[in-house]
Amino acid sequence: MTKKKSEEELKLLGKKIVSQVEKGKNPEINFTLRNLSNIVYDKKSRTLKLGDKQATRSFFNVAHAKKFLQTVEVASIIKKELLESGKHEHLRGVFYMAKRTIPGTNVNIVDDQVESDKAIEDLEVISGLSREELHVSANKMGSMVGSIILEDSGDVINCAKLGRGGYSVPSIVDEIKFNKVDAEYVLYMEKAAIFERLNEDKFWQKNKAILVTSQGQTTRGIRRLLQRLSEEAKLPIYVLCDYDIYGAYIYSVIRYGSIALAHTSDRLTIPNVKYVGITGDDVIKYDLKRHLIKLTDQDMARIKQVSEYDWFKDNKDWLRQFKMMKEFNGKVEIQALSARGISFISEKYLPEKIKNKEFLE
Amino acid sequence: MPDQPIAEQLAKGQREISISEFFTRNRHLLGFDNPARALLMTVKEAVDNALDATADMKVLPEIKLAIEQLSETRFKVTIEDNGPGIVKEQIPNIFAKLLYGSKFHTLKQNRGQQGIGISAAVLYSQLTTGKPTRITSRISPKKPSHYYELNIDTKRNEPVIAKELEVEWEKDHGTKIEIELEAKYLKGKQSVDEYVKQTAIANPHATLIYFNPEKEKVEYLRGTNQLPIESKAIKPHPHGIELGTLIKMLHDTTSTTLKSFLQNDFSRIGSGTAKGICQQANLYEKARPAKIAQQEAEALFKALQAAKVIAPPTDCLSPITNNILEKGLRKEIQADFYVAITRPPTVYRGFPFQVEAAIAYGGELDKEGQVRLMRFANRVPLLYQQGACAITEAVTDNNWKPYGLQQSGNNLPAGPAVIIVHIASVWVPFTSEAKEAIAHYDDIIKEIKLVLQECGRKLATYIRHNVKNAEQKERIGLFEKYIPELASSLATLSDEKKTVIEENLKKILKKSMSSLLEENGVVNDKEKK
Repeated sequence: MTKKKSEEELKLLGKKIVSQVEKGKNPEINFTLRNLSNIVYDKKSRTLKLGDKQATRSFFNVAHAKKFLQTVEVASIIKKELLESGKHEHLRGVFYMAKRTIPGTNVNIVDDQVESDKAIEDLEVISGLSREELHVSANKMGSMVGSIILEDSGDVINCAKLGRGGYSVPSIVDEIKFNKVDAEYVLYMEKAAIFERLNEDKFWQKNKAILVTSQGQTTRGIRRLLQRLSEEAKLPIYVLCDYDIYGAYIYSVIRYGSIALAHTSDRLTIPNVKYVGITGDDVIKYDLKRHLIKLTDQDMARIKQVSEYDWFKDNKDWLRQFKMMKEFNGKVEIQALSARGISFISEKYLPEKIKNKEFLE
Repeated sequence: MPDQPIAEQLAKGQREISISEFFTRNRHLLGFDNPARALLMTVKEAVDNALDATADMKVLPEIKLAIEQLSETRFKVTIEDNGPGIVKEQIPNIFAKLLYGSKFHTLKQNRGQQGIGISAAVLYSQLTTGKPTRITSRISPKKPSHYYELNIDTKRNEPVIAKELEVEWEKDHGTKIEIELEAKYLKGKQSVDEYVKQTAIANPHATLIYFNPEKEKVEYLRGTNQLPIESKAIKPHPHGIELGTLIKMLHDTTSTTLKSFLQNDFSRIGSGTAKGICQQANLYEKARPAKIAQQEAEALFKALQAAKVIAPPTDCLSPITNNILEKGLRKEIQADFYVAITRPPTVYRGFPFQVEAAIAYGGELDKEGQVRLMRFANRVPLLYQQGACAITEAVTDNNWKPYGLQQSGNNLPAGPAVIIVHIASVWVPFTSEAKEAIAHYDDIIKEIKLVLQECGRKLATYIRHNVKNAEQKERIGLFEKYIPELASSLATLSDEKKTVIEENLKKILKKSMSSLLEENGVVNDKEKK
């Protein structure tokens, strides 16, 4: 059903361009501008969104011609190779399908995956279809474990019975059904190592939690999964990160959205997500000062930059955290808690913080 | 101890060495030092004479040159012109007596300057083959043609007539020379072929028919019917003479007093200046010039050097002129762009001179390596000693990068270009008697640089424009290549026919060609509010 809708949407785009060509007009595509100058923080929905600025990309323009060609080429590949056959392909695969040399030149339609990735993101804005609806997936880089039974492509999966590795979350999670959820909250962590620790300690059993991780920056699939768990299963989402500016930004992306994916914020952001740790206060309370890692110039610059973002600049709690970070002149990793005992995090730190609702928002 | 004093013994071996004998032993001084150069020098002297002769008669030159290979090392050079011919009595002296001629004693822009040229070739021929040089000449259709076979008496520097005839000849007037010599025919930058070609460039008013030793006929046809501006003889300027010349002038003058000698035999000296010079040198105005030659020439020389006189007249020069030079270049060098510029005349050390330059760029010229530099003095190509020449110094000293040519350090610039520099003067200062390189006078180098910079600016404008054109063509080409790709993607996307879409796109390209060409550089996505 959605597949058919996507197909029709792309065909419509094609017809629009062809009719311009028939009329002898320089074919052009209009879409909302996606660069930083058109990213706005919408205070009402508390998410990053695209502004009103429109861009026009036309074919008979030296600066646009190649991008125009890339966009149309990627659209035609997606329509013919993916949607019509009902198959999914990775960003990397789409890149290889689009990559070829234009006869009589030494110009490739795309030289680098960055170009086809961008063309796909543009196509999302142009067509109003998400990448998932276009059947394009990214590498899966996430795991889930907990008392949740779900259904994926006809298979029923019990995430309580998947051993140490847990459920490997696919890139596209829209078609997953939640059959039975028996949990009180979802804990998302940036470190896979912590995920393994908590899983080994059966944290999720003892605390009625669902554990989710994706290494580093949260992938789009995981963000979508967290949003669905929040909205459909009505579970609170807690985020566990390092006490550094990058950890803060991981939380920020889950909550407010990111600059690169501002066009699809509605499908990804979670306005009531809460940050559980690590904080500057934890550093004092749990005596982690001797585990501080000195801030680099890069860290300092990034702290300044993030502090000035519209969605941070009035948030006193977070600004206080940044100030402490600068006073310590240091950052702390989640793993530093291991200094207090290998299972300190699962037996004391997390249960206490969550019980006492020591959250940052 | 011998009975006789040593000086007397030595005196037995001491005798006058004739100029011909001197040449025999020092032929390298005149450029005849190897067989390949000997061939070039012979052709050069003969062609120079032919061009000067036709100029004297004010006719458009028609010159036939043939080089035949008789054996591995022996060649015969035949050259025929349509000049005024030579009167019978003078033929032996002109061709078979060294340092004979009218050019040596005047200051006039001529190809040759010393009058040693053609007779040197005759002597070289005699030394290497033992054969006489054959001359045919006629001065008028009403007079007979004379044929001579000539040798040189090397001891006395006198002509030896081996044969003398009246002959039938189809020409109304003109001269034909046949010389046999030991030689070597080479190709390349310093070859006879190159010399003839460059001569054609600098003398577009001449037609040159050249049969090379491979029996191929190369025709350099006239590119203009305009005769070169006639050069005029001028008297020496007081700042431009040497002591030896002054002494000779004092001897030879017909003036009876020093003051009248100064006024009559020099340019730019009037009565007042002449008086001042005499006072400065502490000499009587009425002194006999010949007497001064012996005793007080040096004082007079110093006074002449110090005298305040205006620069010599410059209307005596005969530049090729920029239009004609460009014509010459166009007819012999296939390029996309030509520029030629003639500077106003100026003066070095009391000698008037004038510099011209031309550049040809692009087209069939070699894109790799350094540019070709062609040097000319009084319309004569200079093929040897490029490195020692003031022209080369001026070219390499100039920074060519701003003018669109590559250049590494102080080398010749690189790129598909030919650079021509011509210096015209009543007295071109060569570094040696072989007349192959121009001496490094600051005034001359400065003038050459100025003319090169003027040409360079025109070249830079062209290159900027030209490169832009090429880029624009490339852009259009790129759209042409993109169209089939876009058409096939659009066809897949819209389920419409590819051929129709492609045709429509091509029509739009044609229509919007001009606006696409006007676009400059990268235009960012237009932002609309």
